Amino acid sequence: MDIWTILEYAAWALSALFALLMLSDMIRIDTTYDNELLTSSREGEIEAAAERHTL
Amino acid sequence: MVDTKTAPGQPERLQLLRVLGPAHIWALGVGIVLVGEYMGWNFAVGKGGMIAGLIACWVAGLLYTCVAMIDSEVTSTVAAAGGQYAQAKHIVGPLMAFNVGLFLVMAYTMLEAANAITIGFLLDTVAGMQGHSGLHQQPFIVLCIMFLAWLNYRGVLATLTFNLVITAIAFMAIIALFLSVQFGVSSVPLDFSAVTTDPMPYGWIGILASLHFGLWYYLGIEGTCQAAEEVRSPARSLPYGTMAGIMTLLIAATMTWYVCSGLIPWEYLGQAGTPLFDAARVTGNRGLMVLLFIGTMFSTLASANGCINDASRAWFSMGRDRYLPIWFGAVHPVYRTPYRSIIFLVPIALIFALGAPLDQVVTFSILSGLLGYTFMTFNMVMFRKKWPLDTIKRGYVHPMHPLPTIVLLILCATAYVAVFLGYGTQLIAMVSFYIIASLWFHFRRYRFVRRGDQFTMPWPRPEGY
Repeated sequence: MDIWTILEYAAWALSALFALLMLSDMIRIDTTYDNELLTSSREGEIEAAAERHTL
Repeated sequence: MVDTKTAPGQPERLQLLRVLGPAHIWALGVGIVLVGEYMGWNFAVGKGGMIAGLIACWVAGLLYTCVAMIDSEVTSTVAAAGGQYAQAKHIVGPLMAFNVGLFLVMAYTMLEAANAITIGFLLDTVAGMQGHSGLHQQPFIVLCIMFLAWLNYRGVLATLTFNLVITAIAFMAIIALFLSVQFGVSSVPLDFSAVTTDPMPYGWIGILASLHFGLWYYLGIEGTCQAAEEVRSPARSLPYGTMAGIMTLLIAATMTWYVCSGLIPWEYLGQAGTPLFDAARVTGNRGLMVLLFIGTMFSTLASANGCINDASRAWFSMGRDRYLPIWFGAVHPVYRTPYRSIIFLVPIALIFALGAPLDQVVTFSILSGLLGYTFMTFNMVMFRKKWPLDTIKRGYVHPMHPLPTIVLLILCATAYVAVFLGYGTQLIAMVSFYIIASLWFHFRRYRFVRRGDQFTMPWPRPEGY
């Protein structure tokens, strides 16, 4: 088994790890926090507070 | 612990994090694009010869300078995630906004897939050079997408700081190659004799056709405005980062054409997979070869990374406004990223990266980008008409309006003809897809949109309303 074959297996393993990290975190967040809070972002809210369009 | 940002007296809300500066905006825009210098642009030379490559470089440069100027003015005023989608929503209307949002997601997701395919191809090339034939590219393609998605999931500051570092290295590699060749490091001298002996091998039709691939030099610079809701000072950072980005790219593109055309015969350059790396190989200098290989890898990674960032922001914004299910409009309470949108787009990128040929994926990305640039022309005219210069404060005012808009429209029309010459079926298929999607939005989806919440900018009533 040469280095490239080992790298192929390592790439599959790392891909699975990153997928697992994201999915497990997403499940944890979705089951821990209220969906109303998670989807509470509003466009322009920060902008309105930070900058007033006055001339 | 939940990290929220809420004005006094308002309900608790999660917002994207404002942590970016102009350098990150530069890294986002140039990072997405610079891969086009490392590969792809050279097919313009194959279509029309050495001169066509230069004409495509500068004509496309003019097109994107117009894009950057127009975008800088509008986005410094409509500073919201989603970029052109938010602009369309405020200035044109919901159906246009839905289409622009789709253009953005498709353009960036396809480009991300194309970059992942390229990573696999590059590693296969290196493995082949080391005597390992038949490398399986799939695990590296999947790893590229998974790693960058994870990075994006964890936070925007780390993501774009990473992009800043690798993009700067890739840009410096081009400058190093240019200077090395100028100061005689190359064992092969620069040869531009084809400019006089064989200036236009396929005539003017070749020059026109070359414009399709000339777009590669700059495709994606408009992605800077996707970070509008995450920069500390959008009115200053967005125009500054975008204009610095297009200047960087004009320099890099011209240097790239100069070095590659001088070192590689145009017949070969027109079909090379990695032209800058090949030019480094022609010099015979091992240090340059290693540097340009690193530059190629970094530019590809930076592009895929920026594409994940931009596609997820556009998808997130559409979810937040209920143009798509609200589920996509969620913000991570700790990392403050649109985490559901990032994860949702991963399998879509994987499907295209593992199941579609590179040129088709790239063409769909270019076509979606072109449709977006066409939208910018009448968006700009409507913006100035509805809100003249003396009615709202702008972070940047682009000069000579409406000349850049007219130039952009003419160049877009020319680019459509150029794309149609090579990929007419794909052009028709893509337009059909957007028409069907528009019908779905109009008849099925728009009823869920919160119409009263559409207009979020604190602007005065538009002229004539």
